[in-house]
Amino acid sequence: MLILECPYCGVKAEETELAAGGEAHLKRYGPGSSDDEFHDYLFMRENPKGVHFERWRHANGCGKWFHAARCTMTLEVFGTYTAQTSVPTQEILDKIAAKRPGWTWREFADGKK
Amino acid sequence: MKRYSVFAVAREALRYHTGWERAWRSPEPKRHYDVVIVGAGGHGLATAYYLGKNFGITNVAIIEKGWLGGGNTGRNTTIIRSNYLQDPSAAIYEKARSLYETMSQDLNYNVMFSPRGVIMLAQTEHEIRGYKRTAHANQQQGVQTEWITPERVKEIVPIINLHGPRYPVLGGLYQERGGTARHDAVAWGYARACSDMGMDIIQKCEVTGVRTENGRTVGVDTTKGPIDCDKIGMIVAGNASVLSEMAGFRLPMESVALQAMVSEPIKPCMDVVVMANTVHGYMSQSDKGEMVIGGGTDGFNNYTQRGSFHHIEETVRALVETFPMVSRLKMLRQWGGIVDVTGDRSPIISKTPVQNCFINCGWGTGGFKSIPGSGWAMAELMATGHSPLTEEFSINRFKEGKFIDESVAAGVAH
Repeated sequence: MLILECPYCGVKAEETELAAGGEAHLKRYGPGSSDDEFHDYLFMRENPKGVHFERWRHANGCGKWFHAARCTMTLEVFGTYTAQTSVPTQEILDKIAAKRPGWTWREFADGKK
Repeated sequence: MKRYSVFAVAREALRYHTGWERAWRSPEPKRHYDVVIVGAGGHGLATAYYLGKNFGITNVAIIEKGWLGGGNTGRNTTIIRSNYLQDPSAAIYEKARSLYETMSQDLNYNVMFSPRGVIMLAQTEHEIRGYKRTAHANQQQGVQTEWITPERVKEIVPIINLHGPRYPVLGGLYQERGGTARHDAVAWGYARACSDMGMDIIQKCEVTGVRTENGRTVGVDTTKGPIDCDKIGMIVAGNASVLSEMAGFRLPMESVALQAMVSEPIKPCMDVVVMANTVHGYMSQSDKGEMVIGGGTDGFNNYTQRGSFHHIEETVRALVETFPMVSRLKMLRQWGGIVDVTGDRSPIISKTPVQNCFINCGWGTGGFKSIPGSGWAMAELMATGHSPLTEEFSINRFKEGKFIDESVAAGVAH
């Protein structure tokens, strides 16, 4: 069973307490953006087989949104971190690098997004 | 290929069954094929089969990472129906359902298609309106369905409890020619027919890269060496995003786990498939007597082929009210598969930004029932570059805003 520690209230919450919110750190586009930008923002997803950054809400707890880094292939949780950031924190990137040597987040590393 | 028949059975009975041959060959890959299909599941094998049968393209390799039919083809609840609201989905699913009717004869392989009927229960006022509308739409589309009253539901399904306290049964959408088939046999039957046409089914061979030159695909790299090809068809369900990334394009897709389970075998008690979409549970009885139960998907991305335990509880809890006898059943086995869910929950059967590279994915929770129709349409698209069945399922529909506005993946709000 998936267990995530809520970075706000510190509770180790199991799955039924949480609501999944999909891929994290999407860049939001507003009026004046191109069709391609809207298309990618609304529909295109990373869907990696491996390290995934995602949004979660501590729905049946403190009710707050937060971020988590998780491996979709092993269900290993690397950690959770604050929602007040638009990119993964250095701390979480270090945690992942410690367990997955050589891993880089290509989208942010390449500056594609 | 030796044909299966009653005479073959009699002949083999007289010689201790020593004359049965292997259903398909397991060759080493050649250096070049006209078409490479990645993924030997139902959809991949069906595509290869109709490429050969309808278009005479038989220099085909079907490459499979694991074993044939070992992914979602072997992990579903084997339900076949075509009672969809929107025209594009009704068309392709009805094509598939009608091909299932004659599949055993067509493939000379008993796929045990059993048109036992499918009822989708209406348990809220909204569902009554929704299903009546679907029944009307189906009449226009030439799909035979009807709206039935609770009394008629009880007649067809005597074990049902119509007057549950929370979700009473208010009627149902009934498709009499829907039903089930033996899922493994569908894959095996297609595989046998493909192999007989001279196609190579290469198992335990993982694609590690897709080679492109000047924006067109020229081959794949695999764990058994590089294979050149003129056209490539990616039909890998939950792993579609991984493969598309190798080819250099992205998909509007997320992979999630979907679970199902079977109970201990019991005496025949339900000769119809019942789906309760409000509470996310559906049930049928297999020929072995097990109650086959399917539920909803997990909410998060997952590639592990196992789902969350609490979903099992939720699914069974949902069914207990409508089928009180379920509470006394022991569950025997539970399993999960990775389904590929798109932005509008409808499949993608389409050309891609890479020339000569075609993709068929996004069937999500509704893949098994569509196997022959999907293969038929995909083969036509790959052979001729155009298929009327796939027009609306283009990858470009997300950009154009031409969504197919229903959860094709299941009649439920996943």
